[in-house]
Amino acid sequence: MKMETTTRAQTTGSSTNEESFLMGVKDCLPTLLGYLSIGFAAGVVEKTAGLSITEIILMSLVLYAGSAQFIAAGMIAMGSPSAGIIITILFVNLRHLLLSAAISPYFRQLSPFRNFLVGVLLTDETFGVAINEAAKRKRISEKWMHGLNITAYLNWCAANIAGALLGQWITSPEKFGLDYALPAMFIGLLVLSILGRRTIRTDVIVGLAAAAVAIGVSLWVSPTVGVIAATIIAATIGMAVEKWK
Amino acid sequence: MEVRSEILWIILGSAAVTLIPRVLPLMVLSRFMLPDWSMRWLNHVPVSIMAALVAQELLIQDGKLVPLTSNTELFAAVPAFLVAIATRSLLGTVTVGIVSLMLLRLVLPG
Repeated sequence: MKMETTTRAQTTGSSTNEESFLMGVKDCLPTLLGYLSIGFAAGVVEKTAGLSITEIILMSLVLYAGSAQFIAAGMIAMGSPSAGIIITILFVNLRHLLLSAAISPYFRQLSPFRNFLVGVLLTDETFGVAINEAAKRKRISEKWMHGLNITAYLNWCAANIAGALLGQWITSPEKFGLDYALPAMFIGLLVLSILGRRTIRTDVIVGLAAAAVAIGVSLWVSPTVGVIAATIIAATIGMAVEKWK
Repeated sequence: MEVRSEILWIILGSAAVTLIPRVLPLMVLSRFMLPDWSMRWLNHVPVSIMAALVAQELLIQDGKLVPLTSNTELFAAVPAFLVAIATRSLLGTVTVGIVSLMLLRLVLPG
C-alpha cells in the first residue's frame, strides 16, 4: 500500500511513466497480431461448430481463454456432454495456477480483492509480457498490469467477433482447410510449451505417453475421458521420469 | 441469435473453472503455499493436454482410428510441426497448417 501511494504522488516523474496504465497498453502491442489471428481463427471455428454470434460473444467475454474456447468449440461440435467439456477445460486451464503463482510475489502488498482484479484477465501471453517486465525492473506495477490485461482482452473479444461474422459467410470451411485451425493451434501450443522450457527429453516422453493414452482411451471409452486420463497418467509419468534422473 | 441453455451452462461452468486457477494463487499465496509435488505435477499438465488433443485431432475421426495412408490431417501436421519448431510462432503454425491441408485436399482425391 505504501508503495502505491508513493507511485501516485510521483506520476509526473519519468520512472513512474514507465509503469503507467498507458505503458501497459503499449507493452501489449507486440502480442496483438498473434491475438488477432488466433482470436479470429477461434471465432471462425466457434461459428462453424454451430455456435450463434451471441453465444460466441458471451464465450469470449466470460470465458476468455484461447485454448479453452477452441476445445469447447471442438467438443460442442462432437456432441460431448457439458460436464465432460467443463472438466476438460478445468484441466487445460489448471496451468493458470502456475502463472498466477509465479507473479504473486510481485503483488503481495495488494489486498485480496485487488489481487483478484490482477488475476482475472491473466493469460499465457500477458503472463509472458509481465514476467519479462519483472525480469527487467524487478517489479510489476498494478496499473501497468491492468493496461496490459485490458488491451489484450478487448483485442481478443474484437477478433473473436470478427472471426464469427466472417464464419457466417463461409459455407464450406473444409474447402479452405479452415477446420485445421484447431489442430494446428494445438500443435503450435504443444511445441511452444516444450521449447519454452529446458526439459525437452522429459517433455517428449510425457507428450508421447499422453498421445498413446489419449488414443487408447478414446477408442475404448470416449474422447473426453481420453483427454482427462491422458493428462493424469502422463503428468504422473513426468514426475516419475524426473525422479529417476 | 438466442443463447441455448446448455451452451450457457458450458460457458458459465468453463468460466468458473478457468477463473479460480487464475486468481486463487494471487489471492492466497502470501498465506498458503501449494505443496511442492503438486507444483511439479502441474508443470507437466500443459504438455500432456496439448499432446493428447493433437493426437486425438490427427488420428481419430467419429470414434475410429483414421487409416494412416489416407490421413491428410496427419500429413499436414508435418509442415505445421516444422514451422512451429523453426519459428515458435502460433500464427505461422496455424497458417502453414491450414494452407498445407488445403493444398493436400486439392492434390489428393477423396
